[in-house]
Amino acid sequence: MKPRHKRMMLIGGGVAALALSATLVLSAFQKNLVFFFSPSQVANKEAPQNRTFRIGGLVEAGSVKREADGLTTTFVVTDTANRIAVSYKGALPDLFKEGKGVVTQGKLDAGGLFVASEVLAKHDENYMPPEAAHAVDQAQKAQKSVVQN
Amino acid sequence: MNWASWGDFWNMGGYGLYVWGSYAVTLVCVFAEVVSVRRQFSGQMVRLLRVRRATVRGAGNETET
Amino acid sequence: MNSSVKAVSDKLSAAPGGINWFKYASPQTFYPLAGRLIPLFAWPALLLFAVGLYVSFFVAPTDATQGDSYRIIFIHVPAAWMSMIIYLAMAFWCALGMIFNTRLSFMMSQALAPTGAIWTFLALWTGALWGKPTWGAWWVWDARLTSELILLFLYLGYMALVAAMDDPRRADRAGAVVAIVGAINVPIIYFSVKWWNTLHQGASVSMTSAPKMASIMLMGMLIMALAAWAYSIAVVLVRVRAIMLERERNTDWVAQMLENRP
Repeated sequence: MKPRHKRMMLIGGGVAALALSATLVLSAFQKNLVFFFSPSQVANKEAPQNRTFRIGGLVEAGSVKREADGLTTTFVVTDTANRIAVSYKGALPDLFKEGKGVVTQGKLDAGGLFVASEVLAKHDENYMPPEAAHAVDQAQKAQKSVVQN
Repeated sequence: MNWASWGDFWNMGGYGLYVWGSYAVTLVCVFAEVVSVRRQFSGQMVRLLRVRRATVRGAGNETET
Repeated sequence: MNSSVKAVSDKLSAAPGGINWFKYASPQTFYPLAGRLIPLFAWPALLLFAVGLYVSFFVAPTDATQGDSYRIIFIHVPAAWMSMIIYLAMAFWCALGMIFNTRLSFMMSQALAPTGAIWTFLALWTGALWGKPTWGAWWVWDARLTSELILLFLYLGYMALVAAMDDPRRADRAGAVVAIVGAINVPIIYFSVKWWNTLHQGASVSMTSAPKMASIMLMGMLIMALAAWAYSIAVVLVRVRAIMLERERNTDWVAQMLENRP
């Protein structure tokens, strides 16, 4: 093989690899760009039917319950407009807490219960020492009581 | 100071494996990169000096004969 | 050099009081300059890493929600920043090389790639180790993580392509195409958390809003980021000198430089 041909093949291969990866990327993004659906999107039937998908939102305060078997947990995911009840069998991540973000993968059953196969905690981008977090909590509670009065 | 003891420090509030796993691999990568670039540079230098010595010697032989 | 580029370079060198940047584009000027710069970045890097690690582990308090697992941020965020900045720098040098036909630009780009790839790997690695205890998963295919993985493949693809081609001038140009086209991925990585639903949280530090971190935590992270900058510059300068020696081995300036060595 002449060196000129080898060069051309290499360049052709490089361009082909680039094109292939770009195609893969775009198609993967098309499917995965929506990493999760909000409960409102599910209510509007925007979420896929009859296959697993992810829902994301906040764990509703006071909704987390452990079943008698000690493994199954039920909780409610809310985006403040709509809510979905979730049932999950397995260990929860450390940051799974009421009032905090959650992303869970699973399927809706006939009764509208979301049967989860995976639960991930979604945390925010705020970092602060515990004393500061406590102060923020107190301030929010104070504000709430002012509003209620 | 955040830690009551060394044991506390290594334990990292139960996340020791994750935290130290991150920092250890970073350290290994940085160390390996430093060693590798220095070796790359000195390797080039040694090769060039060897080639030059060889050509100088070659030229010397030519003038002798 | 074609005539228009020549005209630009003449204009630049004729600018009153201006620096002739093209002087530094010549390898024989840049090689000794780089040599003098290396310790000026290497030693500060060491010092900044030491101070940064001290602040990260002994001064910065634990985080209210994540506990001490958040301490991974001090290496994760600087690594992710470097992975993106170095790719942009690579694309910048390649573009410069394509426009002005300066061979030093391509050598700079090739010297940057391995360091960028290492930072990208570290961003992914530390991210996985941080994701497991906090999110509950080592890896998810959300837009942020996926685009960062693509960045790693772009670095590796660039390096493989350049290494595979025998003719360095052609390798320069083929690599430049990958570097410049791939640069589009960098803003995608950066804005992915804003544009799409991701598991990855948003930016804690941005130019448009106040930082969302306690100031001492932010301080530790910024010192570590500065350390990563200084380290990367030092390592890349050593590597670019090695690449220069290899590619310019048959030139007069290398011969002269060897002559002047004791």
